[in-house]
Amino acid sequence: MSKEEAIEVTGTVLETLPNAMFQVELENKHKVLAHISGKMRKHFIRILPGDKVLVELSPYDLTRGRITYRYK
Amino acid sequence: MLDRMKGPVLKNRDELAIMDRANRVVLEILEILRGMIRPGVTTAQLNAVAEEELAKRGAKSPFKGYAPMGLPPYPAVVCASVNDVIVHGIPNRGKLQEGDIIGLDFGAILEGFVGDGAITVPVGKVSPKTQLLVDTTRECLEAAIAECRPGRHLGDIGAAVQEHAESKGFHVIRNFVGHGIGRRMHEEPQVHNYGRRGRGIELREGLVLAIEPMLCEIGPKLRSRIERGSRDGAVDDVRTDADRWTARTVDGTMAAHFEHSVAVTGNGPVVLGK
Repeated sequence: MSKEEAIEVTGTVLETLPNAMFQVELENKHKVLAHISGKMRKHFIRILPGDKVLVELSPYDLTRGRITYRYK
Repeated sequence: MLDRMKGPVLKNRDELAIMDRANRVVLEILEILRGMIRPGVTTAQLNAVAEEELAKRGAKSPFKGYAPMGLPPYPAVVCASVNDVIVHGIPNRGKLQEGDIIGLDFGAILEGFVGDGAITVPVGKVSPKTQLLVDTTRECLEAAIAECRPGRHLGDIGAAVQEHAESKGFHVIRNFVGHGIGRRMHEEPQVHNYGRRGRGIELREGLVLAIEPMLCEIGPKLRSRIERGSRDGAVDDVRTDADRWTARTVDGTMAAHFEHSVAVTGNGPVVLGK
């Protein structure tokens, strides 16, 4: 079978939402609802509007993502 | 298609018995096809026989009509991958020629469970280098099967394949992977044919994996891509035809493929259907 991996894209946080969810605008101008990865949550990595972040998207649902890295 | 939420599904003894029967159908029919391979035979003829034999045994095909992620439905019951085609070659009227190698990937659904297997067969006499490729790929599968014991890790399987392939100077295709198998053809986890020992999930009793190493000779384009490297060992090593299925080596070099569905049990690895 074909290898299936999450797609990684960078984006900018527009808005913080409850439950550690964020509205993120991707480089391609798409807006996705993203949650923060458990590892980042565990280490109290704060994410604020305007931050540049790395988002993983599932190939099956491109409207939701998972934030895996916050750029400095 | 993978269902990422579910995770691997473990099978009990009764389920393994059904999967053994499903895989017996697969291996029997693969043997029939192997017996037909000679110069002049077309891959369409092989597909027709496979379809007939499936029906005779009351089994269905998991391949025909399979359409993951926007791909056109796969039109045949067998994948016939000649020479530089790695996998997913669509059977056609082209005749096999002396010196070709043909990969046959075949599946069956019996009593709700899927069996999956593949062999690569030389057509007549092939060059010594091609024969070595075919033999090495089979040995890689055997080495991978030997790792299927409770307590080993998924990375042990990948490492076993990669070590043996590279010791003979061949490249392990990265863009295709093995998979868990059961009521669905593709279940979690993905079984990479490269990796590091001790990495990945721990194998447990009742896990069934379709392990399918694919190897190819290294041409100039592929060599430069391997040398460029990547953090996780991935290499972009496949180009796909306009039919969106047929997957070829980047340099047009020969590729071979073997596959078995293997159960992890307390008594060690069990190749289903054997």
